[in-house]
Amino acid sequence: MSGMVLRAEGVTKRFGGFVALQEVALHVGPGERVGLIGPNGSGKTTLINCISGALASDEGRIEFQGRDVTRLPPHQRTRLGVARTFQIPKPFRSMSVLDNLRVPLEYAAWSRAEHRRIRDEAMETLELIGLQHRAGTSAASLTQVDMRKLELARALAAKPRLLVSDEAMAGLSSSEVDEILEILLALNRRGVAVIMIEHVMRAVMKFSERVAVLVAGRKIADGNPQAIAADPNVIKAYLGE
Amino acid sequence: MSSAVFWGTLAAVFAAGLALTGLVENEYYYNALYLILQAMLMAVAWNILGGFTGYVNFGSAGFFAMGAYTTVALHKALGLPLPLLILAGGAVGGLVGLGVGYLTLRLKGVYFAIATLAMAIVVETLINNWTYVGGARGFYILTPEKHLWFDSYIQMLFVVMLLLTLAAVAVSRILNSSRLGRGLAAIRDDEIAAECAGVPTLKLKLISASVMGAMMGVAGAPFPFFVTFVDPVSAFNLFIAVNAIAMPMIGGTAHWIGPVIGALLVGTTQEVVKVTVSSEMNVLIVGIMLVLFITLAPQGIVGLAQRLRARGSR
Amino acid sequence: MVSADLLANAVAAGVLLGGFYAAVAIGLAIVFGQLDIVNIAHPAFIIVGSYVAWIVNSTFGFDPVLIGVAVAPLFFGLGVAIYRLYYAAFERTGQESLSGLAFFFGVMFIIEVVLIMVYGVDYRLVQADYIGRTWSVGFVDFPLRMLVPFTVAVALTGAVYLYLSRTFMGRAIQAVAQDRLALQLMGADPVRVKQWAFGLGIATAAIAGALLIIIGPVEPSVGRQYIGRVFAIVVLGGMGSIQGMFIAGLILGVIESMVSTFVGPSWAPAVAFGVLGLTLALRPAGLFGRQ
Repeated sequence: MSGMVLRAEGVTKRFGGFVALQEVALHVGPGERVGLIGPNGSGKTTLINCISGALASDEGRIEFQGRDVTRLPPHQRTRLGVARTFQIPKPFRSMSVLDNLRVPLEYAAWSRAEHRRIRDEAMETLELIGLQHRAGTSAASLTQVDMRKLELARALAAKPRLLVSDEAMAGLSSSEVDEILEILLALNRRGVAVIMIEHVMRAVMKFSERVAVLVAGRKIADGNPQAIAADPNVIKAYLGE
Repeated sequence: MSSAVFWGTLAAVFAAGLALTGLVENEYYYNALYLILQAMLMAVAWNILGGFTGYVNFGSAGFFAMGAYTTVALHKALGLPLPLLILAGGAVGGLVGLGVGYLTLRLKGVYFAIATLAMAIVVETLINNWTYVGGARGFYILTPEKHLWFDSYIQMLFVVMLLLTLAAVAVSRILNSSRLGRGLAAIRDDEIAAECAGVPTLKLKLISASVMGAMMGVAGAPFPFFVTFVDPVSAFNLFIAVNAIAMPMIGGTAHWIGPVIGALLVGTTQEVVKVTVSSEMNVLIVGIMLVLFITLAPQGIVGLAQRLRARGSR
Repeated sequence: MVSADLLANAVAAGVLLGGFYAAVAIGLAIVFGQLDIVNIAHPAFIIVGSYVAWIVNSTFGFDPVLIGVAVAPLFFGLGVAIYRLYYAAFERTGQESLSGLAFFFGVMFIIEVVLIMVYGVDYRLVQADYIGRTWSVGFVDFPLRMLVPFTVAVALTGAVYLYLSRTFMGRAIQAVAQDRLALQLMGADPVRVKQWAFGLGIATAAIAGALLIIIGPVEPSVGRQYIGRVFAIVVLGGMGSIQGMFIAGLILGVIESMVSTFVGPSWAPAVAFGVLGLTLALRPAGLFGRQ
């Protein structure tokens, strides 16, 4: 078994004539913090959708902890330990915040949860995120920032080995960005690998051990954050053209 | 409502029903109650896929008729007793629910809705052409001689339907607050998010569709004995189709008690109107109530009650 | 042994029928295909159109097609009003799917029952010179009561197609489902555009209703037979394609005619849904669909 938590190779995805991803490779080691950046429309969310299973890639192979998951539906990948958040939060609106967490605990993490303690486990996760006071609130009436936190909490409740955070900080204030960053770092300290997709550069730089850059469906760089920031190709992709 | 209160109420209602058969002889009441219970069973069934899971079924009449015609076919071929006919009707309904679901639940909800309508019309066409069960001309069933200790056959049918309906309500309630029910609610609220939260959405949707189909088949199974003359027009009835949707939507779709309230309210109104005015007026009334509730109170009566309670506790 | 005579007539009847079906489906092609609104009450509006044509025709003797065209603006207004109600209740709050479907389901029943209550369940027909006459080419017959609606249907489809591709509002309608940004850049208000599109869809129902009652007698429950056909045509043709819809209409018409002639007319209602089911199972995007 390879040490890699995620090994995506040659991922290609086309929408009709439009090539959204062209042979993208991405590896993530256990507990690693990877930033994924790139201009709008470069394919970041598409890549995440292929990794999580929401979309089927046309070519390529995706392995999670040594196991080939390329043909598995999303819910099975989540059960194996891949969790993701959505750019625009998708809470279960008819349920309370607490019940929102029960769903992943009862389904994704069913074998890893202690069944009689589901409520307690949900509350623990809420405490980690800082939403414990909102446990009984209806998910539909949360503030924007709390909804982002609920997205993260729900992903956490699935007890993942790999968490993909898709622009969780978009449009947030500076202090709110720090809150989310703290949550992700605390999560990482527990051994969860994180792929962070962000446009908030200071967060990416602060958080990532490694940064991958996607431009027009291709990965053009992958390495040390400082080196990436100085890479002329990356700068051109963001500022030029 | 706690479990004890719930089961106690069910038992009390059943006991009351039995007691009624000892006290009242006028068959009209049993006819009326049978129809209201039948509608309630259909509403509870519809709500499992419609309210709990969020997939609209327009073909309720089709499932109902399949239960009825399974009875006709098996009664004619083998002369089976009512309990077996009910099981058979449920089995057929459940299988068709599973089949239609398997073909279309992977597509958007809209296509599933249209597919159920399609199923109902295809089944109606098939039955119209199936002379063994009477085809378009219909089929006569003689009222059986045996009706246990009851005064008349209709009394027995009433009790049977009461039992079936109470059982369906119980199943619905258990579903509503179980792990399965939460999975269904997640699918209803946001299917993609549910899938990514580990919910096996296709499997749960198929279970939901099968349970709904089975319950509707069960609702239709005793129908031939109730009407004694079955034809496609009466089995694939406008009324049954609208009621199955309108009653849960008026009562409130998210909660197991919604279809019960909707059926009691709408069903009783319809009985009164049928006797005092006309049957067409009934369909008009339920159609108008449906549209009014959907536009003004989409959460139904249960939703209104919840909002009042929330406002009251402030 | 199938006679050429019978086959040719079945195909001819199917083509004429199919063209008419396209006229019936075009309103839904606009509303469902462009706006994603599932108006299953569309056939009910067509029946209303039929009754209007019957009333004016039996009172004044005007030609049904002319009545349909004359009444279309009124139906347009009705469509606008209904869309505004639908928008206020559902689209604005994001409740579309479940409630929107049920809303139109309710509207459909209300229309049918009101018609039954006011006019009863008797079949109604219209009188016109051409009904009852047939134009024969060799051994193939083209009954005028089918040929006239076919011709009008072709004209109607062509007119809608040109409207959608050549006029500002038409292109705005095409844009509204696909590209909200482009729409805003065009300076068009999405709600007004959708309102206009829905009105247009219902306006076609006035004409389609007139055609329907030329082809054959109408009573209130006839509408329900067309629900399957219109959805089968729109889905088979492909969402967003008017040409596709027309071709799909022809295909459905021919298949139905063949089934009716060679298997039996009582099987015809199932054809549409069979076509729909096959399309959804094999190629959900339809023949010319945009996705």
